[in-house]
Amino acid sequence: MTIKLIDGEPENPTVEQGRRKGERRLHFGDAWQYSPAPESPSKVRLEPRYELFIDGQRREPSTGRYFQTINPATEQPIAEVAEAGEQDVDAAVAAARRAYENVWSKLEPLERGKYIFRIARLLQERARELAIVESMDGGKPIRESRDFDVPMAAAHFFYCAGWADKLKYAFPGREVSPLGVAAQVIPWNFPLLMAAWKIAPALACGNTVVLKPAETTPLTAMLLSDIIREAELPDGVVNIVTGAGPTGAALVSHPGVDKVAFTGSTAVGKAIQRQLAGTRTRMTMELGGKAANIVFADAALDQAVEGIINGIFFNQGHVCCAGSRLLVEESLHDLLMRKLCDRMSTLIVGDPLDKNTDIGAINSKQQLEKIRELVESGEQDGAVRFSTECAMPDRGWFFPPTVFTNVAQSSRIAREEIFGPVLSVLTFRTDAEAIERANNTCYGLSAGVWTDKGSRLFEMASKLEAGVVWGNTYNKFDPSSPFGGYKESGFGREGGRQGLLAYLEVDR
Amino acid sequence: MTEQGLAQRGALPGASREASIDKVSVDERAGRLATRSIKTEAKLSGLRLVIRMMDLTTLEGCDTPGKVRALCRKALHPAADIADVPSVAAVCVYPNLVPIAKKELEGSTVRVAAVATAFPSGLSPLDVKLDDARRAVELGADEIDMVIDRGAFLAGEHPRVADEISRVKEVCGEAHLKVILETGELGAYDNVRRASDLAMEAGADFIKTSTGKIQPAATPAVTLVMLEAIRDFYYRTGRRIGMKPAGGIRTAKQALHYLVIVKETLGDDWLTPELFRLGASTVLNDVLMQIRKLETGAYQAIEYFSKD
Repeated sequence: MTIKLIDGEPENPTVEQGRRKGERRLHFGDAWQYSPAPESPSKVRLEPRYELFIDGQRREPSTGRYFQTINPATEQPIAEVAEAGEQDVDAAVAAARRAYENVWSKLEPLERGKYIFRIARLLQERARELAIVESMDGGKPIRESRDFDVPMAAAHFFYCAGWADKLKYAFPGREVSPLGVAAQVIPWNFPLLMAAWKIAPALACGNTVVLKPAETTPLTAMLLSDIIREAELPDGVVNIVTGAGPTGAALVSHPGVDKVAFTGSTAVGKAIQRQLAGTRTRMTMELGGKAANIVFADAALDQAVEGIINGIFFNQGHVCCAGSRLLVEESLHDLLMRKLCDRMSTLIVGDPLDKNTDIGAINSKQQLEKIRELVESGEQDGAVRFSTECAMPDRGWFFPPTVFTNVAQSSRIAREEIFGPVLSVLTFRTDAEAIERANNTCYGLSAGVWTDKGSRLFEMASKLEAGVVWGNTYNKFDPSSPFGGYKESGFGREGGRQGLLAYLEVDR
Repeated sequence: MTEQGLAQRGALPGASREASIDKVSVDERAGRLATRSIKTEAKLSGLRLVIRMMDLTTLEGCDTPGKVRALCRKALHPAADIADVPSVAAVCVYPNLVPIAKKELEGSTVRVAAVATAFPSGLSPLDVKLDDARRAVELGADEIDMVIDRGAFLAGEHPRVADEISRVKEVCGEAHLKVILETGELGAYDNVRRASDLAMEAGADFIKTSTGKIQPAATPAVTLVMLEAIRDFYYRTGRRIGMKPAGGIRTAKQALHYLVIVKETLGDDWLTPELFRLGASTVLNDVLMQIRKLETGAYQAIEYFSKD
């Protein structure tokens, strides 16, 4: 016997491209469109070529090689950047060592703090320029680099500067001392901010550093080297070596470094750990994630939708703590999806320098291909895809905001880090099931919980295996709040008092 | 209809799922929408749309026929010396002044709205309030801006508030009913949401933030909460309810911010005076000044714009 569906609904009434057939939708069209409002790249003066920054000087690389850094929104090269070889890494580590032994470790902590405050202020003074370059080099919307990356980078320097002469009070009753030379390798998703997360606490605790920015986004680190010179930081306290994987490998395995701080993929993080096993080098690792963003039926729904959007589409989803797995209470699923799809339809994808752009360019061609490959696997696994029909630029690397429903827990898009604007939606029935599903991953960096019940929020937070659990919000950061992972998302904390420990020897 | 009755019908939102509002997040979202950059062509077309959505209002004890006539002329032709400036949507006055406005605006697209139901407090017996609304309609009002009894709402007498709205709706007949929630007196966004749901279920054609007599009046965040209630009501019923933030909107930039909120919350269908109004009078001259600036490249002194 066949059951007739009412109102002539089709046989498969559930979904068409991720949306229920026949449901009332809102129309986000061109009744009133925003005109282009681009920040002007003419506000910045970029050099055609950037050298290494070693011992307070610009230095040509021993390799004699340079690589291009490309604007992902135009696919055009912006500048040439030096490729550091082993000799350059040697020189940088040696410079850092000299600076540590002769100057920085002997300086009064209060004086160290003054230098760091100076860097913070200079970052603020050059905020606009830094924001524009960050968006040109990495593809992130200017709204984010202007309102988040640059101010937050300055905030980290301010915060750590304050600790420089108060370390005794950070760990009462204990004696602390710096570690020495820190090798720091940072990713391309928040280039300037990650440099700040790494450099500020290291300097405040009395260490010197050699930093390697990512090869696709080295420019703001080079601007930071200008700021460091302008702040008259003693030569060699901060050194910056640019290059790709081999440069990073040479740096982290260098016998002259006392500490390695790495932020990046879990695969590379594991390789570094293998390389350093058995050595005395200390490590902190901030690696990948596949965060669960858990929405209960009693949540403030429209605000949860905002949080989901912010969780997955912030910085094109190039965020290690992105809320890339949406776990939604089954009874709420249809209503939430309708709201989410309508809200996604308002997102503006386009020129990263336009002040109205919500989603900018995918950082590199390679990353775009990875996203496409995983999205394809999601479709093959039978998940239902909804991508918005927003206008896309003709050139550059872009990907539309995408959500998958009907995702199996076993599917690759539910397990692997996509690092793009792609959300996988799964459902749960009970609190226990939500926790089980959320924790059913090799990662454990972050999670979000949306509920109106305080008791439930605290219980979830205590049971979720994640370094950060956001309650009724997502992607909130503060220099005073420690950040870091469980499981294969890494170890060690950055930010806050706990973040200082990564750069200190606690003697007794 | 009583609350129980509505609940049995499954019509009240609380029947299946109580919508709750998170204040921190709403304020943040409204704040972020304020960072949209509205330039050149978008600004010009936005400002023209703002004028078409405006309810020019005078609600003073000292309103006279002369004052209302002057306001009506401004409503018809906001600026004679700027090309293509549209008329505003409506003129909003006390009931006694409706015939004056009606006569002045005859044959135009500008509608006449009257405040009623013991405006601005709503603290009078129901029959007085019904009579107030009925008489305003008889005097020619095209739209009735009623107030809810906030005292009753805050005392938890939601069915009574709903009942009063539906009774006023009955006496309005053809006239459009705007229900003023006076959000500045409701205290929490949860209450704003509850009152919005209740007003729409009870038959409001528009929901409106404020009387203009209480601070704070309209805010972007409160407007966002009400627009989200309108969206959910549309999802459930297919009916499009209008929205009117009123009071506290002083600059063209603020007015465009409201337009942004509508555009990104409810979309194209609501970007029309049929479904979105701005209760603001002082903003009109700033809007005209901005239009003049866009056209000539220079700001003109405020004295070049008529004060009505």
